[in-house]
Amino acid sequence: MSSPVLEVRALTKHFPVRRTLLGGPARLVKAVDGIDLAIGAGETLGLIGESGCGKTTTSKLILRQETPTSGTIRFEGRDIASLQGADLMAYRRAVQVVFQDPFSSLSPRMRVGDIIAEPLEIHTDLPHAAIEERVGRVLELVGLAPDVAPLFPHEFSGGQRQRIAIARALATDTRLIVLDEPVSALDVSVRAQIINQLEALQKKLGVSYLFIGHDLATVAHISHRIAVMYLGKIVETAQSDALCARPMHPYTQALFAAALPSHPDDRAPDKPITGEVPSALSLPSGCRFHPRCPSAMPVCSQTEPALRRREGGGEVACHLYP
Amino acid sequence: MATIPANTRLAAERTWTGRLAALVKAAREAPLAVVVILGGLILVAALADLIAPYDPTLPVKGAEIFAPPFWMEGGSLATPLGTDFQGRDILSRLIYGARVSLIVGLMGTLVAGGIGTALGIVSGYLGGWVDQIIMRVTDAWLALPAIVFAIFLAAMIGPSMWNIVVILGAVYWTRYARVIRGEVLSLRERDFVKLAEIAGASKLRVIKKHILPNVLNTATVLASLTVGVVIIAEASLSFLGVGVPPPQPAWGLMLSEARPTLMAGQWWLTVFPGACILLIVLATQLFGDWLRVRLDPQTRNL
Amino acid sequence: MARDAVLQVAGLQTHFFTFGGTRVVRAVDGVDFTLREGETLGLVGESGSGKTTTCLSIVGLLPRAARIVGGAVVFEGEDLTRKSQRELRRIRGRRIAVILQDPMASLNPLFTIFRQVAEPAFFHQRLRGRSLRERVQSLLRAVRIPSPEWRMREYPHQMSGGMRQRIVGAIALAGGPRLVIADEPTTNLDVTIQAQYLDLLKDIQRDTGVALIFVTHNLGIVAKMCDRVAVMYAGKIVEQAAVRELFDAPKHPYTRALLGSMPKLGSKEPLYSIRGQPPNLANLPPGCSFHPRCPDVMPRCMTEEPRDFRPGDGSVARCWLLGDVLARP
Repeated sequence: MSSPVLEVRALTKHFPVRRTLLGGPARLVKAVDGIDLAIGAGETLGLIGESGCGKTTTSKLILRQETPTSGTIRFEGRDIASLQGADLMAYRRAVQVVFQDPFSSLSPRMRVGDIIAEPLEIHTDLPHAAIEERVGRVLELVGLAPDVAPLFPHEFSGGQRQRIAIARALATDTRLIVLDEPVSALDVSVRAQIINQLEALQKKLGVSYLFIGHDLATVAHISHRIAVMYLGKIVETAQSDALCARPMHPYTQALFAAALPSHPDDRAPDKPITGEVPSALSLPSGCRFHPRCPSAMPVCSQTEPALRRREGGGEVACHLYP
Repeated sequence: MATIPANTRLAAERTWTGRLAALVKAAREAPLAVVVILGGLILVAALADLIAPYDPTLPVKGAEIFAPPFWMEGGSLATPLGTDFQGRDILSRLIYGARVSLIVGLMGTLVAGGIGTALGIVSGYLGGWVDQIIMRVTDAWLALPAIVFAIFLAAMIGPSMWNIVVILGAVYWTRYARVIRGEVLSLRERDFVKLAEIAGASKLRVIKKHILPNVLNTATVLASLTVGVVIIAEASLSFLGVGVPPPQPAWGLMLSEARPTLMAGQWWLTVFPGACILLIVLATQLFGDWLRVRLDPQTRNL
Repeated sequence: MARDAVLQVAGLQTHFFTFGGTRVVRAVDGVDFTLREGETLGLVGESGSGKTTTCLSIVGLLPRAARIVGGAVVFEGEDLTRKSQRELRRIRGRRIAVILQDPMASLNPLFTIFRQVAEPAFFHQRLRGRSLRERVQSLLRAVRIPSPEWRMREYPHQMSGGMRQRIVGAIALAGGPRLVIADEPTTNLDVTIQAQYLDLLKDIQRDTGVALIFVTHNLGIVAKMCDRVAVMYAGKIVEQAAVRELFDAPKHPYTRALLGSMPKLGSKEPLYSIRGQPPNLANLPPGCSFHPRCPDVMPRCMTEEPRDFRPGDGSVARCWLLGDVLARP
């Protein structure tokens, strides 16, 4: 892989929680606790995990909606924390996001054309006609007719709205799109449309994706590489095929066990893991997964495993694989 | 990939004639009584110069003072609703009074709505200490009794119709600030606002393009409900002598001037302006209620 | 098929009347199915397919604008469409229970778990004091709430999403129902929690023999949970079959398309993408409602609505393609 488009190093975000009215000892929610990620040009990195694992915070950090407690995020070689003025605007132009709920992400009072044109209006001095032409082009890219531009979002179904959201994300010279569960809110019959569309757009435009999701099958389908997050840490990362062929971390295995079958005869997996994700306020000692882990050993509650090279490429953080 | 054809019916609403047709259609859906009352009053106020039989500030030549309405003994069709203590025609004074009431009601609401909406948006969107300051001021403002406060202001800057507009605006903006701030707080969390910020939109742009258009509905409904309150406040101020100065005809002033005669049996001096105030307040409130339901997308869409 | 039919829905039609009755939306338009004791029926469809309205019709919880205009819902030999709200109230919560998508909306934030789980037993079985407490604890144990004697004193906000949904399950079980209708109960749950919850429902069903209607848009859940499947599209059941039959040999093009559009673990094959958008119920195309999106559309589909065809393996499908197959000698 040549130099990555986005490179995240030791990224940490702690939120202080004030416990009592009198202040008390401020406790920390370690939403993201030292993660490394890299996304190459034209690559899709899948970020998978359950609620509270820190995947949303990670996306907020990358989108500069939050500032990291420590660690760096480099975009095309430059630390985004130091970006200001014109450089920041260039970053805002290059990195876009598509959210889960297409009903919340399009302003009900704006026409589709104006919604898509907004990033262009913010960043360029293009004349009206040029903006209109660009809007028409991206609408066509996502499979909508250019003449829908004067309509309002409420005239579209969920899948069409999501296309509009993608068109907007592509309006500028976008190099990275954060896809935050872009199909979970859609009807099943249109999910495949959107996924195929995203894959086709990537092939055509060479744009990189950070695909955040919780559905293993969907994430595995669209991603080249996958990072599995649990309570603010990445526990395993590998090429999508390698991970599906042999998930190594017990949590990854649990996710596979909990995945729904695609046929009634699919071998019923072993009993899925018990228990629920603990509160990020009181993290377990040692390996964060050990209270739920079926293969927990004494060492797991004492020392936190580091990420090590795993068989078949990628890395895994588990004492089972020293 | 299949493309999606534009919905022709909805597209039609987008031309000017289409919009006009939609407006007419909306007006026809509104409760008939409300449309008739409000429409009638607006028409009367606008055409007061044409339809009022006499000058409202001068006694009618040849008419007696305290002439009763035409159907009573001693009444005359020349002054159909009677005359007041100076011999001025009550009907003409009511007609011109409608103008005062509507102007003060609408303009006062506009001023209140403008101040309140602006502060509510700034407070809700910026948050932090700006929000704290604006909201504490709002609380303090709310703690003052509205009418007493208005009297105080009127006494300070002196009575005139336009002063009353400013005073009532300054008194009644708090409700907007509170409600609009709440609305903005939830809007701020909506994805389209976040998307605009991520795309690099300035705060001003987010407010102009994303926040303001989405609170206008609420502000409009609030306004239609405030008009009645402002009209009553204007009438109260005029009644107390710190509102519209005589001899200008205002309904509250008419009530005030007629007070000494109420016990004397000249009821028409008070009942007609009183009924007018009742009618306009009732109509605006009903209109506001209807508008609230109509503009709520959840009730409109099914 | 020795088991008794718990529920028989025949020709059910539920329409929405809006704008003073000037606009009629046929949300459910002729739905038939039978559910036996201990059986799980998956009701699959997209938003607007009528699957939720079908369920609400069964329990008589329709919104005001909706009315059942035809058909029958026979539960344990009684037609529920002819019952008064009062009689229905007695059946709901006792013999038919409903589990909805959002557990937080089903639980009252102001009452303890005990009070909410105890309510059906208190009113319907008239349990009091110690026996009531024991009943609640055993219900909570049945849905695998750890240390129920403590947990039942807590409030809903003190529990996790998965725990709340299990509490809702406990409330549903409290009356000893013969039919449970679960409307997307796991949509808001994390995958590992979802798997636990689905296993729990299966265990409870095995223990109690309750019949289950599982409303979902997720075919994976159907594959895991259901014995039979009814696929709904635009207010009609377009295909109904035993779950294996449906996955192995789907008859209706819509079912085929849905199966093809499911991403499969470990496969990078492009997904089958159904063209077009879900239909607008207020403005359905003539003929077969699916024809504008159907890859196998024939001229006949655009004008004539297909009837039910029974290819002989116990499945039913509403598609002219089968008409041709069956007509051939």
